[in-house]
Amino acid sequence: MDNSFGSSMYIDKSKNDTIAAAATAMSTAGIGIIRVSGPDAVQICASLYVNAKGEHDLKTHKANTITFGYIEDRKGNRIDEVMISVFFAPHSYTTEDTVEINSHGGTYLLGRILDLVLQGGARLAEPGEFTKRAFLGGRIDLSRAEAVMDLIASQNEFARKNALAQLEGSVSESVKELRSAILYEMAFIESAIDDPDTYASDLEGYSGRLDGICERLLSRMESLLEIGEKGAVLKEGIRTAIIGRPNAGKSSLLNYLAGTERAIVTEIAGTTRDTLEESVRVRGVQLRLTDTAGIRDTEDRVEKIGIERAKNAIEQSELVLYLIDTSEGITAEDQSIAAILKEWKRELPSVRKCIILLNKSDLPPVTDTNAVRHFFEDADEVLSCSLRTGEGAQKLGITIEKMYHMGELSHQSEAMLTNARHREAVREAYEALSLVRRSIEMGMSEDFFAIDLMNAYTSLGRITGEAVEDDLVEEIFSKFCMGK
Amino acid sequence: MNYFIDTDVCVIGAGHAGCEAALASSRLGYRTVLFTMNVDSIAMMPCNPHIGGSSKGHLVREIDALGGEMAKNIDKTFIQSKMLNISKGPAVHSLRTQADKAEYSKAMRRVLENQENLTIRQVEVTDILTQYDLERIANEKSENDPVSGPAEHDEKPRVAGIKIHTGTIYTCKAAIICTGTYLNARCLVGESITETGPGGMQRSTWLKDSMEHLGIPLRRFKTGTPARMDGRTLDYSKMKIQPGDRVVVPFSYSTDPADVQIEQVPCWLTYTNEETHEIIRQNLDRSPIYAGIIEGTGPRYCPSIEDKVVKFSEKSRHHVFIEPEGRFTNEMYVDGMSSSMPDDVQQRMYRTVPGLENCVIVKNAYAIEYDCINANQLKLSLETKAVEGLFCAGQFNGSSGYEEAAAQGLIAGINAVNKIRGREPLILERSEAYIGVLIDDLVTKDNREPYRMMTSRAEYRLLLRQDNADLRLRKYGYREGLITQDQYDYVCYKEKMIREETERLKKIRIGAAASNQEILHALGSAELKTACTLAELICRPELSYEKIAPLDPDRPDLSKDITEQVEINIRYEGYIDRQKKQVLQFEKLEHRKIPAWIDYDDVGSLRNEARQKLKAFLPSSIGQASRISGVTPADVTVLLIYLEKNRGKKNSSGTSGASGTENIE
Repeated sequence: MDNSFGSSMYIDKSKNDTIAAAATAMSTAGIGIIRVSGPDAVQICASLYVNAKGEHDLKTHKANTITFGYIEDRKGNRIDEVMISVFFAPHSYTTEDTVEINSHGGTYLLGRILDLVLQGGARLAEPGEFTKRAFLGGRIDLSRAEAVMDLIASQNEFARKNALAQLEGSVSESVKELRSAILYEMAFIESAIDDPDTYASDLEGYSGRLDGICERLLSRMESLLEIGEKGAVLKEGIRTAIIGRPNAGKSSLLNYLAGTERAIVTEIAGTTRDTLEESVRVRGVQLRLTDTAGIRDTEDRVEKIGIERAKNAIEQSELVLYLIDTSEGITAEDQSIAAILKEWKRELPSVRKCIILLNKSDLPPVTDTNAVRHFFEDADEVLSCSLRTGEGAQKLGITIEKMYHMGELSHQSEAMLTNARHREAVREAYEALSLVRRSIEMGMSEDFFAIDLMNAYTSLGRITGEAVEDDLVEEIFSKFCMGK
Repeated sequence: MNYFIDTDVCVIGAGHAGCEAALASSRLGYRTVLFTMNVDSIAMMPCNPHIGGSSKGHLVREIDALGGEMAKNIDKTFIQSKMLNISKGPAVHSLRTQADKAEYSKAMRRVLENQENLTIRQVEVTDILTQYDLERIANEKSENDPVSGPAEHDEKPRVAGIKIHTGTIYTCKAAIICTGTYLNARCLVGESITETGPGGMQRSTWLKDSMEHLGIPLRRFKTGTPARMDGRTLDYSKMKIQPGDRVVVPFSYSTDPADVQIEQVPCWLTYTNEETHEIIRQNLDRSPIYAGIIEGTGPRYCPSIEDKVVKFSEKSRHHVFIEPEGRFTNEMYVDGMSSSMPDDVQQRMYRTVPGLENCVIVKNAYAIEYDCINANQLKLSLETKAVEGLFCAGQFNGSSGYEEAAAQGLIAGINAVNKIRGREPLILERSEAYIGVLIDDLVTKDNREPYRMMTSRAEYRLLLRQDNADLRLRKYGYREGLITQDQYDYVCYKEKMIREETERLKKIRIGAAASNQEILHALGSAELKTACTLAELICRPELSYEKIAPLDPDRPDLSKDITEQVEINIRYEGYIDRQKKQVLQFEKLEHRKIPAWIDYDDVGSLRNEARQKLKAFLPSSIGQASRISGVTPADVTVLLIYLEKNRGKKNSSGTSGASGTENIE
């Protein structure tokens, strides 16, 4: 790379440059913070900051103090009164020299100050870049860094709270607990193998003891996975399918859901197919409606059918809202759908839910909730409503809220493995410990347990980054959008 | 006036490391001189009388697979043999023999003396000479030469010769230091201190200054050995007899099993007791370690009886094994009671042990202190980072044990030759051999005491079994030139037969016919409900390859070493597969080489400690970097990201090369 002014200079961030960004929202809020981090942070800010006496004295400030002063532009015009703090490497969030400028906030003021910092030689930070540096500096482990990224990307209240809990280390703590329990057993076995004379007596009845320990750890992982699974659904939004025969009221339900709250309806272009996915919030629970394009397409036309279509929609969902026209009753098609639903629920009964809505309660009924409940034994709830008059429709929202234990889960003090990568790692560890139990059952000798204990230990370590593996780097690259 | 003798390789020290090193280089066709303080101490066993044992037995098998001598030599001279841990899995089975010490030493000397290209010289080596030293010597010689300024050290120093005490210089291309516990040794029996090497041998002293001159600092380690008793004074009726195995398995793949079914000599087991411990506790202030006389660091895994009593105070007794030193000597080795207590304390403490009440000491237990290096100064090839062509092996590298020494000697010998012939060094990975684990641990980790091989140090031990060392390593021995075509062909044939027989057993199904059920019934095994494969039957704990022979009339006629592998492969398939997966993961980081151009100052976000360590070690791969103490997973991640970002950048400026050995060819 001879051309030192070429674009390659820009991409190469191996040597850290100085970055800056507003650490609070660029809004009309009463206070705003600009954070500057990197080798030149103090230098850059020192030329902008003067103390109450008008002196450029930032370089003499003690670490971790907060001082009153002013930000001036290059011509010496005072922009704002500020409180300023200096942190020196490695004792800062990013582990680099860091300056934080607390200003009066407001989009204009914050923007001016940030501009001055950037003109002074800093670069505008990418989303999550402060966290990336904190992670690379060894200040936070991988699961916490991921929590920050989740926080930035969170779209709903649940996701936000959950990311905060993870940031506080709820996940790394649980993982560390599991790991240290496994490590203890590994160490015991290793020492026994090395020194059979000394440990022979300790090994008596050991496999029974280990079996009990594995059982306990496995049930702990099981509950971590289960809660995590639910949490993930809430965090990502629940993939929801609306199905039903033509004219049962699918588009009415869609419109009703979209209109219930001043809910943000985001439109995300489908990644694999050319469909739209819409996201609605019902009493704080985020629903991602799948294949809504299909509903809109076909409702207007005379429909051929869609068992196949319904099947696809069901398979991709965690929640199925199934509409039945009370005035028409249960048909042969409904029988086929019932079979599909049964199969679908059986695979993941704790995660997959189905609500049946008996629509058009304002018309003369052919069937009732009891009959339907009897017919669809797998339905989690059967509600009667009229989407046209709105009668009984609010029950749907209440049901969904209850069904996902919104209140319960969001007050969960436990670690919640909402990150799919973390769950995958725990699942691998679960497999490995199950194999240990199988070896015990088969009466294998202790040295065989070590292999699977090691696998469990390593898998869990991937969550916090304590086990380094090549693939992890890929993961990190994708998280932090780092230019290769 | 200087006298010059030209050779290729100089090996300094004729212990277990030196013997293997000298045999390897001379067998590979390079003129080798083996220097020893005393020819009577060649391949001496100054401590315990075993070869092998837990994990050490693995090393001996691996040495044999690569073409070393130790296994062959012990097969000729053992007096008892035992396969340890047979109640456990095959990973921890380990062969241990009792050697006839004198015979072992003599047999090895005979092999050395008759080896082509090899000469033995009894003399102390005083200096390692580099090309600059030879230049200086040459200049001093001729007075008419113009005085040249100080040598321009733009080229890395490399070994050019060694100087012996008589002043004679051997010019050579590579040198291997294997001084064991001889360098600046002192032996301590309580307050009685002698400046001798092991077993009362004369110590060496001169090399210390030479090493410092080369910029290779030394450090001091300590080890110890128990007393030898007059066997006539022991009462064996109070001890438990420890016989050898009824059928002996030889160590070497080349030894005919029929040749090792000899009459064996028993060992004896007895125990220390509270009385023993009380005597030790009362005299701790007279032990050189506890009195602070010994500065060296001793091994935790081979503790003296004083250490055991202090550190495991909750134990009311410790094992003591009484082992013969040879077939034609009365001397008995008191395994488990090494000590550096004064003679009077030794006399009293040994006599508290059942069976030793009237014991007479022939040789006192003693502690020995010696100079060695921190092996962090070596590359994985065992070449020093400071001086090209200078290799180190054995206890001088901070290890302990005959087998550990021999393994390093063999590798150093091979790599000294590779250096001369311009080939890549032989570096075994942790996933391939205990030798790989041993050398990587020594070179990479922070060892503060003599390093002893242990089963638990090998992460992938189910793959690194003592029964498959030939399948793992013969190919390397062949590639280097220490294994013959015939030997190699046999391993290839063996591999093929194992594969074919394993596949056959997985394919052939046995039906639930009455005749089959009858056979199973007779073998004490459950009847078949449906048809199953022969392999599935072998997996039943009560059955084996041997036992199901009546159900398998068409099986090919295969030798025991092949069917043993087949059986292990089938029986432990799931575990072996999982361990292989672990190895794949491990190898990913191991094969992620750190390019030579890396500048750790340029890697942002590295913690300072890690940066210092990495700069000092210059690890060859990410895997090796991750094992350096003081380098955390976060640091490794930082390093991986840095390499990923700079991938392909400085491609032109050099490839990695595991040991950094430059190759011309």
